[in-house]
Amino acid sequence: MTTQTLGNVANPALAARWRRATSEPDWLRWTLIGISLSFLALFLILPLLVVLYGAFEQGLAVWAAAITEPDALAAIRLSLFVVAIVVPINVVFGVAAAWAIAKFEFRGKSILITLIDMPFAISPVVVGLIFVILFGTQGWLGPWLAAHDLRIIFAVPGIVIVIAFGTMPFIARELIPLMQQQGKEEEEASLTLGAGGWKTFWYVTLPNIKWGLIYGIILCNARALGEFGAVAVVSGRIRGETNTMPLHIEVLYNEYMFTAAFAVSSLLMGLALVTVAIKSVVEWQTERSRRCADTP
Amino acid sequence: MTAALQAHSVKRKRLGSKNNRVIPGFGLTMGFTLFYLGFMFLIPVGGLLLYTSLMSWEEFWKAVSHPQVVASYKLSFGASFIGASINLVFGALVAWVLVRYEFPGKRVIDALVDLPFALPTAVAGIALVTLYASTGWVGQYLEVWGIKVAYTQLGVVVALTYIGLPFVVRTVQPVLEDLETEREEASASLGASRLTTVRRVILPALLPALLTGYALAFARAVGEYGSVVFISGNMPYRTEITPLLIVAKAEQYDYQGAAAIGMVMLLAAFLLLLVINGIQWWTSRRGL
Repeated sequence: MTTQTLGNVANPALAARWRRATSEPDWLRWTLIGISLSFLALFLILPLLVVLYGAFEQGLAVWAAAITEPDALAAIRLSLFVVAIVVPINVVFGVAAAWAIAKFEFRGKSILITLIDMPFAISPVVVGLIFVILFGTQGWLGPWLAAHDLRIIFAVPGIVIVIAFGTMPFIARELIPLMQQQGKEEEEASLTLGAGGWKTFWYVTLPNIKWGLIYGIILCNARALGEFGAVAVVSGRIRGETNTMPLHIEVLYNEYMFTAAFAVSSLLMGLALVTVAIKSVVEWQTERSRRCADTP
Repeated sequence: MTAALQAHSVKRKRLGSKNNRVIPGFGLTMGFTLFYLGFMFLIPVGGLLLYTSLMSWEEFWKAVSHPQVVASYKLSFGASFIGASINLVFGALVAWVLVRYEFPGKRVIDALVDLPFALPTAVAGIALVTLYASTGWVGQYLEVWGIKVAYTQLGVVVALTYIGLPFVVRTVQPVLEDLETEREEASASLGASRLTTVRRVILPALLPALLTGYALAFARAVGEYGSVVFISGNMPYRTEITPLLIVAKAEQYDYQGAAAIGMVMLLAAFLLLLVINGIQWWTSRRGL
């Protein structure tokens, strides 16, 4: 803005000098855009296209057959089952943690936030290993579990635990900054007007954090379905029993059934695309509500 | 004047503590958060610490200093370093282009930057190896130049660059958006060329965000497993990453060996988190 007004007022030679000193020439602009887009095309677009091509190369019928085959269906069912447990737990944890951190002051808050972030920094493989050491047949609680006929490792409970661990930060990380930024005035107003705690949360807080929560849930969902390293360690890859969708993809790929591997991959990729689309909708919504709040 | 201010702040503090009592649920939410964190995080991680501390120092050292393991550290940390460096350069460039320039399809490109974060690593892995295999869309052209990517160390770098891509872009982007153009104009009106302004005004302002993004991309890359195992070929001493060795040892029920290497990884993750927090503390102290 300022550049243009200054440029218009001053004489042409000065204006050109000002433009040279405050912005890049057109050729440089387009070169930088070109380099960025080539890099992104190579790393973002081509992998997408190769999955689509691999999945649909032999026609829709082959694609449909690959994802309705019994082992694939079992993997999809297991993945959805795990997500149905993990995501609600993470919603409760995320909302509780964000409420405690955003609405109250206490000592050690930054340590708590760092702890919540930790699963994000730990290698998924190490996460899997930790639970194998705790619950595996050769692990600490292994003999006790075997005596009580309980199976955690190489069974569904182990898969649920490692995925819950790995996806723990996602909803909390979305909600904490959002709720910190919104403050607590609206909740206080509601409470002083006589509403109870739950009612306040339901009618005041929840509508405010709605979009952040939705994105958190979708991201948590995508990451839970896609978790690979930790599950690879604890699942034992029993076909039709403990193979989640990503493990099923690995098995298919290693058996040279590339079309089937890409067909199952295309489902997860579709979900990933929905996730990033919802993220931009959420950002657009928050930007709009902020702009509405700014204009009197 | 100061007394009045002090009285004011005291009053505010008192109001603040009163407000804490107005909002309910501290005990409930804090209790659940700590219970869940303890159950899911502190007990398991503490378990690993205890487990490795029960090993003798010789056993531990033998497990973590075996030549095959050392070769895997070199590859994991080296490839993560290169991948994060590539992301530092291109991430900064992409962030700059997305914030400062207009071009068709910008919104879609902007949204797609998060894809490596949302796409399952196994899907990314098979997509990348198919692209870069000697018969693949990209691999066949590189083959002409004698460059092999799939099943080489270069393949590991490609996979780690892919998964680290969103971090630098997403940490630099908001800082660049908040950067006032007035500072650049001031620099220009004092006679600086555009290059000098970029080097002396814009780059220092972006430095903490660049470093944070770099550290995040590096941390993510060091622990990555899914996207690498397909493209690396997993040859001992050459293309074996450290997380793969942990999986291999766990599958052979060598829990001690796996736990010892896992401890090294855990320490590295913890150090990186300290570095990231340190950068953020330094940034807030600089008042940027």
